[in-house]
Amino acid sequence: MLLMQDVASLFPTGDPQGPLADGPFVVAAIIKILVFFVAYLVTVALMTLAERKISAWIQDRRGPNRTGPFGLLQPVADGIKNFIKESTKPGEAEGLLFRIAPALAFMPAMVTWAVIPFAAPLPTPWGLVDMSIANLPVGFLFMLAISSIGVYGLVLAGWASNNKYALLGGLRSSAQMVSYEIAMGMSTIPVLLLAGNVSLSAIIQQQQAQGWNVLLLTISWILFVIAGFAETNRLPFDLPEAESELVAGYHTEYSGMAYAMFPLAEYANMITVSALATTLFLGGWDVPFTSWDNTGPWTVLKTLVTFAAFAAKLGVALFSFVWIRWTLPRFRYDQLMALGWKVMLPLALAYIVIIAAFTLALEAAGLRNSIAFSAALFALNVVLLFICSRVLDRGRLISPASPRARLAEVERLRERSAVARRYGGNPSRQREVDTTPAGVA
Amino acid sequence: MSDLSRYFFYLFSLLTIGSALAFVTRKGPVPAALWLVNTMFALSGLYVLLDAPFVGAVQVLVYAGAIMVVFVFVVMLLNLGRAGDRPDLRGIGGQLTAGVVGAALLALLLAARRGDAVLPALVPSSTSTSNVVEPVAQLLFTDYLLAFELTSIVLLTALVGAVVLAKRRTAA
Repeated sequence: MLLMQDVASLFPTGDPQGPLADGPFVVAAIIKILVFFVAYLVTVALMTLAERKISAWIQDRRGPNRTGPFGLLQPVADGIKNFIKESTKPGEAEGLLFRIAPALAFMPAMVTWAVIPFAAPLPTPWGLVDMSIANLPVGFLFMLAISSIGVYGLVLAGWASNNKYALLGGLRSSAQMVSYEIAMGMSTIPVLLLAGNVSLSAIIQQQQAQGWNVLLLTISWILFVIAGFAETNRLPFDLPEAESELVAGYHTEYSGMAYAMFPLAEYANMITVSALATTLFLGGWDVPFTSWDNTGPWTVLKTLVTFAAFAAKLGVALFSFVWIRWTLPRFRYDQLMALGWKVMLPLALAYIVIIAAFTLALEAAGLRNSIAFSAALFALNVVLLFICSRVLDRGRLISPASPRARLAEVERLRERSAVARRYGGNPSRQREVDTTPAGVA
Repeated sequence: MSDLSRYFFYLFSLLTIGSALAFVTRKGPVPAALWLVNTMFALSGLYVLLDAPFVGAVQVLVYAGAIMVVFVFVVMLLNLGRAGDRPDLRGIGGQLTAGVVGAALLALLLAARRGDAVLPALVPSSTSTSNVVEPVAQLLFTDYLLAFELTSIVLLTALVGAVVLAKRRTAA
């Protein structure tokens, strides 16, 4: 009897809009972790199917359609297959590290989700439940810190396999991730400049007040997305596992479920980077064109609607990930490094200076929290984007495989096409004309 | 300190000490480096318990992330990775010196803890705030500006030095 009262006293009901007591807080955290864990793994599994379906659609095929309705059970079939395959280990491999590397590749992506707010707070009889697993005051830094250790799984897999292709893949991935991590961190500094805080909920509040950062800080957003692709080792940045050069890169020696962990980690990373892009640049769970969802009193309906908004933005981001993979070819290694260090990093640094100076000037003009502030930033971005699109063309960004065509060569080609146009665009007729000896025609 | 944070304190302390011991006793450079990463992680847990989440996050970001990645990278490139390929790099003299220095530091800590010597409060007390970066930035760019700028010059020098050294090697 006493025990019941003790337990009940741990869970005092209170103001639905007020903070939680310790007991409900812990229980809510555990429930959130469990629900998230299941939802995340299901999403990762479904992403493998979505990738195959979308790629099939892009390439005018049908994709998996034999397992369940629309091939929905394909991930289950894949999973069962991977589990019953033997998980081999090369004789010369480094035992423990070889085994834990797949887990190390997967876990950071999952841990990053701990700080991402995915909906408006939910009112319950015990108080207001935050819709992020842990609303850390250093959420943004936590995310950067965890993503910086994501590289260990790939590097250790490459090293522990004791295979030259695997080692090369591991080295490539560490060089690539270290390079692009810097560009990624620098590209997000302007977001912090505007938000004035490093907690992700403050960044969402700032976007609710001033408009989404994708409009206010467009160049940051572009840099972040490019760096995000590099961080997840997706095409066009999948050099660590370039099949034509490295067999399969860092996971050459893996088989069975241990192998499957690497592609799964890639999808997990994709979902995480999409969630970060959503939170930092697309307004997080903010519903556009209304301020109904931004302030209390909080209701269950608001939580559901904002969660739907977050999921929709996440879905769009994930779709573009797949879309770009099946559109662009792979970079060459020197192009990758040149892009990261010589283009993206200087651009990000210059952008920080420009945004900081511009914000300071607007503040001095007394325009900090007004519609004019957002409009001025947006106008600045339009101008900067125009300049960037003029100055940074493809031939300058990445060195081409063959030297650029000389001007005379271009003139000659133009001449030829002009001639072709004159004869109705039929090249064979043009050739006839060209080969006709002079004086006969 | 509440009960819960006391347990966490012991947990992270044991993790830190255990990983640090494993770090100095492993022979292979890669396992040693990984134990060092673990030490950094446990240390950042201690910082968070001290109400310094910013320092904790930066600890992971800078030490566990950036520096250790570069370290592991170098170790792998130089192919020093495998234990058994070569004898222990540290001679017996080095091991003895390290042991003595470690014991002296431990004795110093215990003496300071035991005696009446009152350690000066190094950390200025600050009020709790939702913005954890602002207090740090405030001090960094006012009271400690000179030290901050000098540190950045030292880092810049190291950076330029590394570039110059790398250049010379390719030219030769």
